[in-house]
Amino acid sequence: MDYEVVIGLEVHSELKTNTKIFCGCSTKFGADQNTHVCPVCLGLPGVLPVINEKVLEYAIRAGVALNCEILQFSKFDRKNYYYPDLPKNFQTSQYDLPIAVNGHLDIEVNGETKRIGITRIHMEEDAGKLVHAGTIVNSDYTLVDYNRTGVPLIEIVSEPDLRSAEEARIYMEKLKAILEYIDVSNCKMEEGNLRCDANISLRPRGTEKLGTKAEMKNLNSFRALEGSLAYETAREEEILSEGGRVIQETRSWDDAKGITASLRNKEQAEDYRYLPEPDLVPIVVDSARIEEIRKSLPELPDARRQRLMNDYGLSEYDVTIIIATKAMADYFDEVVSHKVDAKAAANWLMGDVAKHLNNEGLGIEASPVSADKLAGMLILIDKGTISGKMAKTVFEEMWTSGKDAETIVKEKGMVQISDEGAIIAIVDGVLAANPQSVADFKAGKEKAIGFLVGQTMKQTKGRANPEMVNKLLRERISQ
Amino acid sequence: MKITRKDVENVALLSRLELPEEEMEMYSGQLNAILEYADVLTKLDTDNIQPTAHVLPLKNVLRADEVKESLPRDLALSNAPEEEDGYFKVPKVVEG
Repeated sequence: MDYEVVIGLEVHSELKTNTKIFCGCSTKFGADQNTHVCPVCLGLPGVLPVINEKVLEYAIRAGVALNCEILQFSKFDRKNYYYPDLPKNFQTSQYDLPIAVNGHLDIEVNGETKRIGITRIHMEEDAGKLVHAGTIVNSDYTLVDYNRTGVPLIEIVSEPDLRSAEEARIYMEKLKAILEYIDVSNCKMEEGNLRCDANISLRPRGTEKLGTKAEMKNLNSFRALEGSLAYETAREEEILSEGGRVIQETRSWDDAKGITASLRNKEQAEDYRYLPEPDLVPIVVDSARIEEIRKSLPELPDARRQRLMNDYGLSEYDVTIIIATKAMADYFDEVVSHKVDAKAAANWLMGDVAKHLNNEGLGIEASPVSADKLAGMLILIDKGTISGKMAKTVFEEMWTSGKDAETIVKEKGMVQISDEGAIIAIVDGVLAANPQSVADFKAGKEKAIGFLVGQTMKQTKGRANPEMVNKLLRERISQ
Repeated sequence: MKITRKDVENVALLSRLELPEEEMEMYSGQLNAILEYADVLTKLDTDNIQPTAHVLPLKNVLRADEVKESLPRDLALSNAPEEEDGYFKVPKVVEG
């Protein structure tokens, strides 16, 4: 039988505030264990949480950017569960009146736009980190670090609109880009800023009723997301086609082995017994405030994609790569602000710049060649001062020395020879020294010209304008 | 509403409580008495009344995003039954 995959994602994104959601403890990553804790986030008796105003602002920003309706009356609730990652025995979250509902996000799959529904976005506190000697299963006890407890999160819940592991990855990438653009989260997946729970089930194609789902928790890389969902698709398909039944359970992803495995948890029934949080008063947001936040949003990835395609005639492929991160898109905009050829800028960005960044594991913001410097080099190519080939050498030098292109060109005497008279003198010498190649070319061997161009370039140490050499060689031979 | 023995078992499990046999009966009785008492409220007509989100007539109590000093770690850990290397130490969480 042919099965259809149904996937919904719950994405947790840590907000980039200075302090936790309900207390003034720092949210800084990497501090010594249990040094960013206080009576509020440790849940000691008698304390009162107070909402961080930035958390509310960022949550509304995310809601507006994801085309949600912002609820003008919103409240917090207690989600009760007994697990040592939260010292209060409940997580302060939002249940029936979350800050934002009914949004959507458009993704591009195989050249087509597909709309993925966003069910809701709610604010909540992150939980602490459990540390185990060995693995979670074979360790004799658990150690807890509560630094992360109370770090603000938004949880973005999608509709079950995703139909493959690939679509899920694309959705997650797009969501990450938007959260970066609107500057509410650092989105560093390796630091757990952005992580995802995935629900996946299969149903016979053409039917409506959802199959039994498996849930994967804490997928913290695109690789883990796509890998675990691809594995689960195959696993569930095998069970169903053999007439078996999928069990509703939480499964964990083993990155090293590339498989998912059942996670037997002491929590048996999922019964969170939500109740309104009596320690926090409701949140009322008026439409003027929502509009103010809507107006403050920067250009979002979709608008930027459209602008780059319209203004510069770049291909869909080029634009997709450029806008994937805000830093890359900003870099590109800065380069082209120097009135250089946009297509050339895109090619350099995705070619030599990307290659060097990848080799050294750097993000574009840490590039030793700044946007201004790359633009400076492109201007020299444009003016004919250096050839595209010479630019490769200049770029290498810019990367390692941090100098600008003009300085390098001057220091190395790399100025391209575009003086026709000077090139003709060299070309004539090359033709005289290689009568056999000249004869070959005249006899119709087009390849012979390549050799002659090579010889001329060699004599000028690569400084002759290649197009001019090509043209002049042909002219002099036919004279 | 009638609390059954099964409900008590479930609540005990969710709360990580191990109840001896005789207490099961005792709690069933007590919980039923509490719910019956609260049952009075269900007789009220609440058709046109919004659910109460909070009992105080307050909204939007917010604070600025400014870092305040955290507790010294030894103080934070001082109530912990067990600690190790600056961590709170608790029984294992997953059955092997």
